[in-house]
Amino acid sequence: MTMQEMRGRVAVAGVGIAGLDATGHTELEILGLAAKRAVADAGLTLQDIDGICTASVSSAMWVMPVVEYLGLRPSFQDSTMMGGSSFVAHILPAMHALLSGQCKAVLVCYGSTQRSSTLNRAEIGRYRRVLDPQPFETPYEPLNPLSSYALVAARHMHEFGTTREQLAEVAVAARAWAALNPEALKREPMSLADVLDARMVSDPLTVRDCCLVTDGAGAFVLTRSERARDLAQPPVHVLGAGAAVWHRQVSMMPGFTTTAASDSGARAYAMAGLGPEEVDVVALYDAFTINTILFLEDLGFCAKGEGGAFVEGGAIAPGGRLAVNTNGGGLSAYHPGMYGIFTVIEAVRQLRGGCGARQIEGAQIALAHGNGGTLSSQATAIFGTEAAL
Amino acid sequence: MSEPARSADALPAMGPEARYFEALREGRFTVQRCDACARTIFPPRILCPACMSEDLSVIEPTGLGEVYSTTTVRRPADKGGDYNVAIITLAEGVQMMSCVKGIAPASVRIGMRVRAEVVDGRVEFTPEGSAS
Ligand SMILES: [Zn+2]
Repeated sequence: MTMQEMRGRVAVAGVGIAGLDATGHTELEILGLAAKRAVADAGLTLQDIDGICTASVSSAMWVMPVVEYLGLRPSFQDSTMMGGSSFVAHILPAMHALLSGQCKAVLVCYGSTQRSSTLNRAEIGRYRRVLDPQPFETPYEPLNPLSSYALVAARHMHEFGTTREQLAEVAVAARAWAALNPEALKREPMSLADVLDARMVSDPLTVRDCCLVTDGAGAFVLTRSERARDLAQPPVHVLGAGAAVWHRQVSMMPGFTTTAASDSGARAYAMAGLGPEEVDVVALYDAFTINTILFLEDLGFCAKGEGGAFVEGGAIAPGGRLAVNTNGGGLSAYHPGMYGIFTVIEAVRQLRGGCGARQIEGAQIALAHGNGGTLSSQATAIFGTEAAL
Repeated sequence: MSEPARSADALPAMGPEARYFEALREGRFTVQRCDACARTIFPPRILCPACMSEDLSVIEPTGLGEVYSTTTVRRPADKGGDYNVAIITLAEGVQMMSCVKGIAPASVRIGMRVRAEVVDGRVEFTPEGSAS
């Protein structure tokens, strides 16, 4: 089966979010709730789940406690960890497993108590430097991941004249979308001046150019499309998916102004047989404001270097020319350690309809994009309704 | 006869990374050059990612470079104050994370010509022409 033949053969049958305030709870507990919600949303039970994809920032063998906790005996498991893009990257291997008959229903799931956890963050940082050393960057004390994205933003500004005001537009648009999403955690109004005057952390990025630190768990269920049609929700079909990893350390990024999203996106578009002009809703991993600008360029919504101008004047805010991060994104909705899975969940919700005040009327095609590390790994998935097949 | 085999148990006592940091401790900044394809390599590797050759020479670069990008990490004065983190492109073509010292962190500009020095076991840069 070719990649193009896999188009539209697998669908998201259920989605779930839980534990946006996880106080007093463990990561497995909120992951369990999100998993249950996704499985129940699909009209299935955990006994129907025979494939699992999951990843954790802290546990290198995370699939084992998850399988144990949920009482699964999967015939397919993928615990590839490449940062926040992982859960978008899990889609393609899951499709292979579903279409080959290795399994029938794959649960992709994640949970983090990053905000409410009582673990000492400085201590965690020290362990990471020992277990996952980066001896060519650590001596310079970059405030990672923030400083790496700041370095990329500074270069983008230098090469293309991108401004801090344009970066701030991204944060303001995300906040305006969040105001329409009852689930979003930061909903109070925010102006360009609020972002520009916010505390600088690593130039040119202020604290308001950075994603939130929250708790949260997300999950979705994939089945073959023909099975999804018989389940509880309108199927949201996977039209295309692709991933790309180029480097680990930002200093090794080959040219700071083009990310591996240019590869992952091209792969997803080729499989889907469509281009950015056909996408109705876009969900991008906005860990920092520069991400949105980079990914709009690398995924073809505007030309390289024009991302800053593209977002000006509320163009990606409600009522703008392109619906980007309609849930409020990692900048204003929720960002529990890794945000990637939530791009898929929002894309699916928009294509099903019923997103209330933030619903994009008539949306047929949505793109979800995950990012990992310091712009190190990228994964893109394109979804479509039944009408988009 | 044939050239001596590189058997699995014949590794030298130190790998490329250990040798790099030993040189740094001795005050020398080094990069590698592939004997087979002439590519300059940094950080140090055991093989050339372009041609797979293991024949890599350790060379001392000119130390000249240019600021590719820069950020000022804000830090309270009582914790040491603001500091610079920069990406430097060396004249030899490779890129590295470092910092530019000798001027205010916020005065570091992209495109600025800088020169490497080894300070306390790490490579730092100062603006070209400035006294260090
Ligand atoms: Zn070579």
